[in-house]
Amino acid sequence: MPFNRSNHSKFLNPPILHDKLRIVKIKEIKSETPTIKSFTFVDEKCTETSPGQYVMVWIPGIDEIPMSLLRELNKNLMIAVKSIGGASAALHELKKGDVLGIRGPYGHGFTSITGNIMIVGGGIGIAPLVPLTKNLANPPTKITFILGATTHEELLFLDKIRMELSKNDGRIIVATEDGSFGFKGLATDPIEQLLKKQKFDMIFTCGPEKMMKKMFQLAEQYKTPIQASLERIMRCSIGLCGSCMIGKFRVCKDGPVFSSEQLREVKNEFGTFKRDFSGIKVKI
Amino acid sequence: MVGVNSTIEIAGLKLRNPVMLAAGVLGVTGFSLKRVAEAGAGAIVTKSIGIKPRDGYPNPTITETNCGLLNAMGLPNPGVEDFECELKIAKEGGVSVIASIFGASKEEFAYVGSVMEEAGADAIELNVSCPHTEVVALGQSPDLTSDVVETVKKGVDIPVFVKLTPNVTDIVLVAKSAERAGADAITCINTLRAMAVDVETGKPILANKVGGLSGPAIKPVAVRCVFEISKEVNIPVIGCGGITYWQDAVEFLLAGASAIQIGTAIAFRGLSVFKEITDGIQEYLSKKGYRNLKEIVGLSHKF
Ligand SMILES: Cc1cc2nc3c(=O)[nH]c(=O)nc-3n(C[C@H](O)[C@H](O)[C@H](O)COP(=O)(O)OP(=O)(O)OC[C@H]3O[C@@H](n4cnc5c(N)ncnc54)[C@H](O)[C@@H]3O)c2cc1C
Ligand SMILES: Cc1cc2nc3c(=O)[nH]c(=O)nc-3n(C[C@H](O)[C@H](O)[C@H](O)COP(=O)(O)O)c2cc1C
Ligand code: FES
Repeated sequence: MPFNRSNHSKFLNPPILHDKLRIVKIKEIKSETPTIKSFTFVDEKCTETSPGQYVMVWIPGIDEIPMSLLRELNKNLMIAVKSIGGASAALHELKKGDVLGIRGPYGHGFTSITGNIMIVGGGIGIAPLVPLTKNLANPPTKITFILGATTHEELLFLDKIRMELSKNDGRIIVATEDGSFGFKGLATDPIEQLLKKQKFDMIFTCGPEKMMKKMFQLAEQYKTPIQASLERIMRCSIGLCGSCMIGKFRVCKDGPVFSSEQLREVKNEFGTFKRDFSGIKVKI
Repeated sequence: MVGVNSTIEIAGLKLRNPVMLAAGVLGVTGFSLKRVAEAGAGAIVTKSIGIKPRDGYPNPTITETNCGLLNAMGLPNPGVEDFECELKIAKEGGVSVIASIFGASKEEFAYVGSVMEEAGADAIELNVSCPHTEVVALGQSPDLTSDVVETVKKGVDIPVFVKLTPNVTDIVLVAKSAERAGADAITCINTLRAMAVDVETGKPILANKVGGLSGPAIKPVAVRCVFEISKEVNIPVIGCGGITYWQDAVEFLLAGASAIQIGTAIAFRGLSVFKEITDGIQEYLSKKGYRNLKEIVGLSHKF
């Protein structure tokens, strides 16, 4: 949209993002797996979030980290947090009634399409795929959802996905690394067979980057478009600080969801290296 | 806009337009800098780079206020050795690359500066003005500033810019001192020391508690600094602080800036801001009957 030079009111009013931190109260906390807890809260500004978008969550006095948003009933919002270290472990210590700071929603989420859809989620990466499934699961769209986890206990939101897919007779395939449920192996293992047999209109994926890289390679091989949700270090989340770069893209703003075309442009970095807090490259 | 010349020369660097990228914004990686060049910036300034890697502060490192942004990144950077390859990629953007550097001592500044020159930087910008780290309070003292400038100048042949902080009693004193020490240009301003406290929890929002304010809120302060400094020094002044629309840029030029830098506005208006501001300046020059950008630099001084 070209800037209208005669529009003086726009010039006189300094632009703002209307993105100040909001304090929300935790309404409910639930253990979803031994390492993942979900937190429910209400935030007016996030009610229109699209699947794949995220918020920055401030644990007051501790840290601020990116979390994917799930929309629940009655304007409730949910984040599912895997405890892996500092801030996420601190979040797990919080109790119902404690407060969080929220800003966002941020980022470019998944672009919905109809047709024959494959969704591939690994570990905590399943979180943003749940609202996506909710959006897509209307006939005539057909969904094949492949979930991967380390163990049966660590499978996230299987019940939620089952419920969504029951609406239009979708298919669920589960893989666990230890074989305690479903296939024994990685989520990507059963996929090549599927791609050989059927034509998919789109693949959506979120999970460990190695898994997503494999999915991208398979998608390219079988000439299927893909959308993948990536992670990099996020600080500002508004496209300014440059902490979250993959190639020329800002994961916080141009992503976190990227298309096949974009992934091709960053194929030397995707699945190969990311950057630490200082900006030094680290192998994935 | 036939006949309007909006190129400008700053300390020997020829810029295709006066709209530069400010330090610390999209400046950590080569590809990100290159993208800003491709979006139309007249020159690009890197993130401030030091002698060794720094993680910066924990989050929150940024928070919005009613009138601008507060940040306390804590100068995260990969260190100068690692940055060399990023600088080479940034150069592919086809415009001048100015390496912003910082150090805990003048020797560190000098070392980082010479590595940057070797890696291909077209100029150095000394960050003696970060308002919220322990390493760069130098800019608050005219003597320390001139010390750093002198030492760096001895070690490099490329132009040396000095970026000043407004968090001083008299910024003109520091600017003059930098000029005497041999600085080739002055960039002003860096962010203003500022803070936000959350009223629900009573806690400071930024992890570092204190940060720097940028964006529309600081523009009038920056315009005043540019005006005062450009009246008193003979080297070019590069204006920075809250520039969001072309009108802001023209205001800085009239106040005495030879070029301007854009930071926070990228969050508000996206990367197209470079081209839009350049076009706006050009249209302004043409409408007002000027043929050359230089004609309006410091025009307001005569009043
Ligand atoms: C767009 C996006 C959406 C995400 N959604 C979810 C989600 O729904 N649920 C979930 O559990 N996790 C999610 N994550 C990952 C989550 O942000 C990290 O696990 C979390 O930041 C770890 O913080 P920590 O302090 O516990 O870890 P630390 O012990 O501090 O660090 C461990 C690792 O966590 C990652 N990390 C730390 N801080 C950040 C940061 N500011 N930005 C990005 N990564 C960081 C880095 O890879 C780091 O090496 C998402 C990440 C992104 C980028
Ligand atoms: C996120 C962020 C990071 C910054 N990092 C640096 C830096 O590393 N070095 C520096 O000299 N200035 C840094 N600055 C200051 C800017 O270069 C600029 O002087 C200031 O933001 C005012 O301009 P603006 O209002 O256009 O942003 C930073 C500013 C922001 C917002
Ligand atoms: S997190 Fe700052 S640019 Fe993406």
